[in-house]
Amino acid sequence: MNESTSSASLPSKVDFDVNVFSVIAQIFQHGDIFTKASFGIMGLSNLVRGQIIKGLLFLGSEIAFLVYLFSGIKFSSDTTAHEYCGVKDFKGLFTLGTKDNVYKEALENGITVQQKVVAGDDSSLFLLFGVVSLIIICGFVILWKANVKSAYLAQYAVERGRKPTTIFKDLSDLFDSKLHNTLLLLPLVGITAFTVTPLIYMILAAFTNFDKTHNGVAARFHWVGLKNFAEVLGGGAAYGNTFWRILGWTFIWAIFATFLCYLGGMLLALLINRKGIKYKALWRTVFVMSVAIPQFVTLLTMRMFLQRNGILDGLLGRSENTSLDLLGKALSARISVIIVNCWVGIPYTMLIMTGILMNIPADLYESAKIDGATKYVMFFKITLPYMIFVTTPHLIQQFIGNINNFNVIYLLTGGGPSLDMMYEAGSTDLLVTWLYKLTLDKGDYCFASAIGICIFIISATFSLITYRRSGSYKNEEEFQ
Amino acid sequence: MKIERSMSSARRTGDIFSYIGLVLLSIVWLLPIVSIILQSFKVENGAHYKNVWPKKWTLNNYKELLRIGYSKEQKEASYAKFDEWFLNTFFVAVLVCLISTFFVLSVSYTMSRMRFKMRRTFMNVALILGMFPGFMSMIAIYMILKSFGLTETLTSLILVYSGSTGLGFYVAKGFFDTIPKAIDEAAWIDGATKWQVFTKITMPLSKPIIVYTVLGGFSSAWMDFIFVNYVMGARTDKYTVALGLYKMIDSEHIGQYYNQFCAGAVLVSIPLGALFVAMQKYYTEGLSGAVKG
Repeated sequence: MNESTSSASLPSKVDFDVNVFSVIAQIFQHGDIFTKASFGIMGLSNLVRGQIIKGLLFLGSEIAFLVYLFSGIKFSSDTTAHEYCGVKDFKGLFTLGTKDNVYKEALENGITVQQKVVAGDDSSLFLLFGVVSLIIICGFVILWKANVKSAYLAQYAVERGRKPTTIFKDLSDLFDSKLHNTLLLLPLVGITAFTVTPLIYMILAAFTNFDKTHNGVAARFHWVGLKNFAEVLGGGAAYGNTFWRILGWTFIWAIFATFLCYLGGMLLALLINRKGIKYKALWRTVFVMSVAIPQFVTLLTMRMFLQRNGILDGLLGRSENTSLDLLGKALSARISVIIVNCWVGIPYTMLIMTGILMNIPADLYESAKIDGATKYVMFFKITLPYMIFVTTPHLIQQFIGNINNFNVIYLLTGGGPSLDMMYEAGSTDLLVTWLYKLTLDKGDYCFASAIGICIFIISATFSLITYRRSGSYKNEEEFQ
Repeated sequence: MKIERSMSSARRTGDIFSYIGLVLLSIVWLLPIVSIILQSFKVENGAHYKNVWPKKWTLNNYKELLRIGYSKEQKEASYAKFDEWFLNTFFVAVLVCLISTFFVLSVSYTMSRMRFKMRRTFMNVALILGMFPGFMSMIAIYMILKSFGLTETLTSLILVYSGSTGLGFYVAKGFFDTIPKAIDEAAWIDGATKWQVFTKITMPLSKPIIVYTVLGGFSSAWMDFIFVNYVMGARTDKYTVALGLYKMIDSEHIGQYYNQFCAGAVLVSIPLGALFVAMQKYYTEGLSGAVKG
């Protein structure tokens, strides 16, 4: 595109500023025989017009893709390792496996048992590698699009009587006008492999009956549509009742945990930065120590501290029978986790707030003083709005982080103490810790996925709305 | 005159109350930490120890934790392999730190400085991608790793901890946003390429955010105990300290290893804490932007 706009004497017949499909259609319409052939044989147009390396790269990636699609590639010497094969994997996404386990009756210690003779298809692998094949195909389509465009640009350069760009020019462009492509490539590959793929897998699992009796090994699972959502949200089954109760507590927890930390952190920062307080760095360091120590250590320490017959009981001189047992009763456990979360979170917020406080331009205060503003007016008209402006994204992140705050709950109470009428959940369980139990302890994957999607919808809507309304999003360009 | 005196006395009372408040809060924040340090020196084993102050002092907990003076057989027999765990974690942490710093800085600089199609889309998608709870992902990632023969390896940990760090670009982007664009434009006029602006101009101005990102990357390997548990299974020699310490105080091992857990907690916290305190200045600056005046 740069080549066509910056140095053209002959205008390009293809208008690149329209949607992808019409660009491709236009290229097909105006392309010569080699450009058209490049739709099938990638890189041909580049090769013909002297862009050898570029052409070979396109051609090589097409060959690699075809090998993946039809013949299959293995990445591990292990015989049971999956063979990546595009067509087979893609089909598997729909069937989720076709062969059932074969059992034979056998006698074991005098009892007839069903013995697995031949293992059938593992649906979970079919689902996963189906998703992988989908992503590889999408990646290839993007590459193919780049190929078509590059084919036309090479043709266009020749038509204008110029040499197509050399590989050196292309490479140096990647460090200048196209630097964003270079910088984003590897991070995007990482995100696709470790976040997007598993995510799609998880979302799709919510539409299957992937549970402990149909987990691929015991028996195949298959597509069931929206059944899981109906069960979770409808409240008919045990899941439903538990879901709504845990959702309520999750919100109470997130609101208290976020705002108490925010408020506490702000007050602590103001206290330390008060005029007249000496050794500010020392005070800060005292509080920062709890941020610096790995969170699991501090949390496990707090559990030792608060648990039945823990250190706190020791300090108060209480015996086994008179133990406070803060984590053993529903209400006190809930209050304890919120307080401990403040203990963990306040120093962190204090650190952030301190930085921001120091950064507020001093002339704002000076001019306010000249106008005769009191301390309180200055705080509410300058300090607070400034802090809120700068910390809105942080606040949203904290809120979402708290909805998904696994560590604090899991390490402190493990979700307990247990409650009646709840499916595998205790009184301090958040949706995430409940999910953890459902997946890794119970194997109820499909319900866990459905619940995961519900959590996602809640937090995504909430944060997109707040974030888009916040000054730091709307005025992004202005602030720079 | 009178007014001034009452002002200053009001300030002095305020100061006194502030100091009292700070001292009380410090006690609240330090007490659990101090108690763990004290317990790491006690002789009496077990978690249900009533006194905070040890009756008898010893360094044996540390010696046993680091398996000093153990024969080879003893080393293999002991469940806790803290010295190996520590080296594993350190190795993983350094590599994760390098990769994730590169990822985060690349993405955040791109988002802050360059304008291209899909930029806003990417930013919105990145914001919400992090909101899916990760346990189902863990199962999928495990199966992918297995197809590459990577389970029970430290490589898998490095890949997983650094893989998606590109999504956490918001803080660093905020920082880059505060560096005036005029500086870049001046460099372009002088003929610098965008890559040169990134490496030669923006990076040297961004020490605080680099430190912030490096610390974040370095610490992730010390925190996680869920994923490593899932990948390593029973291979205790491949554990990281977080998982190892977590396992040392599960119901099976707490009776034997409680004191060693305390010692391990101290040993993990000292280097990380020192690093953090030393870098504290940059950390706050990194979070609050580059512009001064």
